Amino acid sequence: MPTITNVRPFGSLTDDDYRAMGFRGGLEIHQQLLTTSKLFCRCPAGIYSYDYDAEILRHMRPTLSEMGEYDGTALMEFKTRKNIIYRTKQETCCTYEMDDTPPFDMDEESIDIGLKIALLLNCNIVSEMHIIRKQYLDGSIPTGFQRTAIVGVEGYVPFRGRRIGIKQLAVEEDSCREVGDEGHYRIYLTDRLGMPLVETVTHPDMETPAEIAEVGQLLRRLTRSTGLVRTGIGAAREDVNVSVAGGTRAEIKGVPRLKAIPRLVHNEAMRQRALLDIHAELKRRGITESSFRAVVVDVSAAATGDRQNLPAAAAKEGGHAYAVALRGFRGILGARTQETKSFVDEISDRVRVVACLDRLPNVFDDETSSRQLGDETWRRLRRKLKARDRDVVVLVWGPAEDARLGADEIVLRAHEATIGVPSETRQALADGTTGFERILPGPDRMYPDTDRPPIKIPEERVAALASELPEPIWTREGRYREWGVPEDCVAPLAASRWAETFEKVVEEHGVEPKFAATTLTHKMKGWRRRGWAVDDLAPSDVERTFSLYGRGKISREALTAALEAYLSHGAPLRSILNDLTHRGKVTARLPEIAKKVERKIKVRRFPNGPAAMKRYAMGELMAELRGLVPGAELAEIVTEKFLPKAKER
Amino acid sequence: MARPPRNKNTVRKKAPKAPAQDLHKGYRGAALECLKKFGVKVWSDVLIDSSRGRFEGRVLPRAESGDDQHIVIKIASGYNVGVAVDAITDIKETGYAVAHYKIPEKEFPFKEGRPFVKLLGTGGTIASRLDYRTGAVIPAFTPGELYGAVPELADICNLETEKLFGVFSENMGAQEYVVLAKAIAREIEKGVDGIVVGHGTDTMHHTAAVLSFMVQKSPVPVVLVGSQRSSDRPSSDAALNLIHAAKAAAESDIAEVMVCMFGPTSDLYGLLHRGTRVRKMHSSYRSTFRTIGDVPLATVNRERIAPLRDDYARRRPGDRKCVLNTAFEERVALIYYYPNMYPDILDALVDLGYRGIVIAGTGLGHVNKPCYPALKRAQEARVAVYMTVQTLWGYVHMDVYETGRDMQRLGVIPAQNMLPEVAYVKLCWALGRTDDLDEVRRIMLTPVAGEITDREPTNGYLILQGGLPEVEEFISGHWK
Repeated sequence: MPTITNVRPFGSLTDDDYRAMGFRGGLEIHQQLLTTSKLFCRCPAGIYSYDYDAEILRHMRPTLSEMGEYDGTALMEFKTRKNIIYRTKQETCCTYEMDDTPPFDMDEESIDIGLKIALLLNCNIVSEMHIIRKQYLDGSIPTGFQRTAIVGVEGYVPFRGRRIGIKQLAVEEDSCREVGDEGHYRIYLTDRLGMPLVETVTHPDMETPAEIAEVGQLLRRLTRSTGLVRTGIGAAREDVNVSVAGGTRAEIKGVPRLKAIPRLVHNEAMRQRALLDIHAELKRRGITESSFRAVVVDVSAAATGDRQNLPAAAAKEGGHAYAVALRGFRGILGARTQETKSFVDEISDRVRVVACLDRLPNVFDDETSSRQLGDETWRRLRRKLKARDRDVVVLVWGPAEDARLGADEIVLRAHEATIGVPSETRQALADGTTGFERILPGPDRMYPDTDRPPIKIPEERVAALASELPEPIWTREGRYREWGVPEDCVAPLAASRWAETFEKVVEEHGVEPKFAATTLTHKMKGWRRRGWAVDDLAPSDVERTFSLYGRGKISREALTAALEAYLSHGAPLRSILNDLTHRGKVTARLPEIAKKVERKIKVRRFPNGPAAMKRYAMGELMAELRGLVPGAELAEIVTEKFLPKAKER
Repeated sequence: MARPPRNKNTVRKKAPKAPAQDLHKGYRGAALECLKKFGVKVWSDVLIDSSRGRFEGRVLPRAESGDDQHIVIKIASGYNVGVAVDAITDIKETGYAVAHYKIPEKEFPFKEGRPFVKLLGTGGTIASRLDYRTGAVIPAFTPGELYGAVPELADICNLETEKLFGVFSENMGAQEYVVLAKAIAREIEKGVDGIVVGHGTDTMHHTAAVLSFMVQKSPVPVVLVGSQRSSDRPSSDAALNLIHAAKAAAESDIAEVMVCMFGPTSDLYGLLHRGTRVRKMHSSYRSTFRTIGDVPLATVNRERIAPLRDDYARRRPGDRKCVLNTAFEERVALIYYYPNMYPDILDALVDLGYRGIVIAGTGLGHVNKPCYPALKRAQEARVAVYMTVQTLWGYVHMDVYETGRDMQRLGVIPAQNMLPEVAYVKLCWALGRTDDLDEVRRIMLTPVAGEITDREPTNGYLILQGGLPEVEEFISGHWK
């Protein structure tokens, strides 16, 4: 059978390949703000702990939005019937977080920081902030909604000569930390709950997976440049939106590191392509949204008398099993969707999340996992379902209601394959693939918070904050260009943590911008590639090294050598630099060293001519003087001192 | 004798209907002018150009409490933002679509053999939805719409709903009490298996007490229920409370007027409280209702009702009779005594023609000496004065101190361990029945529905104090 899909490994596509497939990516960045208290109550912010004083149990029910509709996500979460356990600690959680007290005034400090970041991102600032309830039915917020308010819309950041649009920026409260999710119980810690964040949403203006990570980096640096946001693990969290031509926007949640983005995004793009291929294949087979057929049969032990052949969980007392025949789906379940996944994983994921059947494997089918059950069992199931050769049979088992819900989800997900790419929130997995998390919520989950009135943002407040803004990255870039920084260094440098160091060494220590820039971008990148801990380099150390160079105490080569020695051996940079400057007076030693090299040259022959001799002489001198004398100077010495002698011969 | 003014807040007449075509809902002044100037209206899709840049969205109605300086739009992501009128340079209408609020209202699926429960709606947050006009949660769900939101009700009973009125519970008053009591009696006569009353929580305990006196010897449960978190939110307690209440009305053996609300703040179980011993004790907690000075009647969850005591009135299947007495004298006041209170407050009530005063006194039931002449004056004007305790727990003891005995001589009658609000509504009810103060006294001090108990069990007063090691240990071991 020809392969239905064509999933290419990460790294095998060019930027043009992504553009050709209509790849679009956007970011949602959640950045915690550096405030003393939470957003809507006066609990302290930023104090984390795993222990707790009390637990509270809640459930979430879907509700009507102001437009009078139920949101799709809401219904799905309700189906899962999760018991949500909140763990509270007196120090970090009051009755507000637990939704037993209405909100207090919104933290003014948070509003100011939000406004500043919105101004940095060139957003149009609203005149009145309206607090909105954004529903989250996974329980991550006890109210069932997040209080959030837009401060600015339609901004932009310059990126590679074009603009990345900023759709909106909101100040909002953070959610709980999840510490467990098994079966029908999900456990949350409430210390992080209610801390202020800004959520920055970009337009889907990124054209390759790599660009998404770069823009993420840029935005992160920008917000950090205010000095008003939290840093460290979990302080900034990215969601990534991905779509390809013909696909649907999927949101990848919980991306752990910006570096993980390109692979995740590539895999998600491939998955959407694969789902489109599957859709086309089903269409070719005449299976459409309306002609799709599936049959569900209860094959519980009691119903079939086939106890020993069903999975252990189903055979247990009270366990139920359902078999589903998907008409005409043979070959589909095994079709690759991601590097390590196939379509059956799409089904299994849904069953896991919606039916709470989270012990894997949670489904068997007679195409990809037929060996899990005996041939005779499959034959019997197929007979029961009146399955023909073209059909595929999927089995799901578990507690009665969960198993039934699981069977329904199998049918639903298979049916969606006839429509295309479902709109989903996907979780980032460690291997760079994504897994189903929930149906992507729509604007129907937003409605006004009736507990707090709108907050006016007068012109004076905006003007005052605008005057305190740090310099935007793009202004920096303009200056770097004027300084003659090579174009390929400009953007990365302006957005890097070395920008400030760079400017200092240029302006205060008189270092040539081009040299400083290439060292701090290209060299750093190379060192990082070698696996050296570039992030551990202290800006003050780097500045000191450059200042020695600026004062002529060490050469360019010495500067590079010193940093390399530090990064590769971990010896204290200070002692490396002392060593270099102490051996000092190098020029004084030059004649002596030159003589030594001269002696060596004399006892050698250079059949390949003067060039070879020059190379040899340079090599010898460098070995003696490594880094202590600028290379150009050495070349001069070699040319003047040794070459003529060589010629003589 | 001048009648005291009626409570102006009580809704007595229908609100005037809104004009058929209000194109600029809630906007006034400068904001209204601005909308008109650019020819746009509420529900217009607009592009707004302003000195703060461009904003795109749909014009929303303005909350009445909002100022006239801003226009509110909903942007594509579902958020609302306000744009200052004085910053606006241009508005272009790009579309127009009136939003229709539709709340799924389904016909209740009737099933043979299920208990028949009547849900009477009075308003409050168990029956609410969002309103653009005020930007607030308003009581507007019809009880029928409730079923659309809580389909589980169909597994419990055959439900019929009737909206009696739609008022916030603080606006409940004599007229509503009478209408409600009569409706309950009518339903009992029709043969329902149980009655649920949807009610705002603020004064639910007042209404529960009134109904305990007005509708006596009910053969079926009468269950008041509400919610502390409005039903528009996913964490609302409304659905679960309603499920518990329907369960109690349909199946419980307790034929009394009860309040059914959350036991703990967790979504675990509800408590059935006797209507005369219950009180709202926290302004916002889910588990706000507590039985005072006693233990509750029962716990209720989705599966079962578990009585916590045995001394309750039993359901009487087949019996369709109750004792209805809707007498209610409105000229009764409830005074919360405070140190330094001037006696003129009492004088004023007497002068205004009030016929009864319930005092929530300090400690065992005291007011200061300067009030004594005013109490004497009240006695002479044949005003019935009853003493309760603002400590809520415990009995009035006016024989312990000399001052208490003095006050009794001035006609102040100790109301035993009746809660102040309960004593208040009972005095309204008693004075509504008779002018004879001795008869009033007899009525007041004869327990009708557990409002006075002969003893306080030692587990009737439990307010755990946080921070104590043993309490913290208890809290950590149980879902709160």
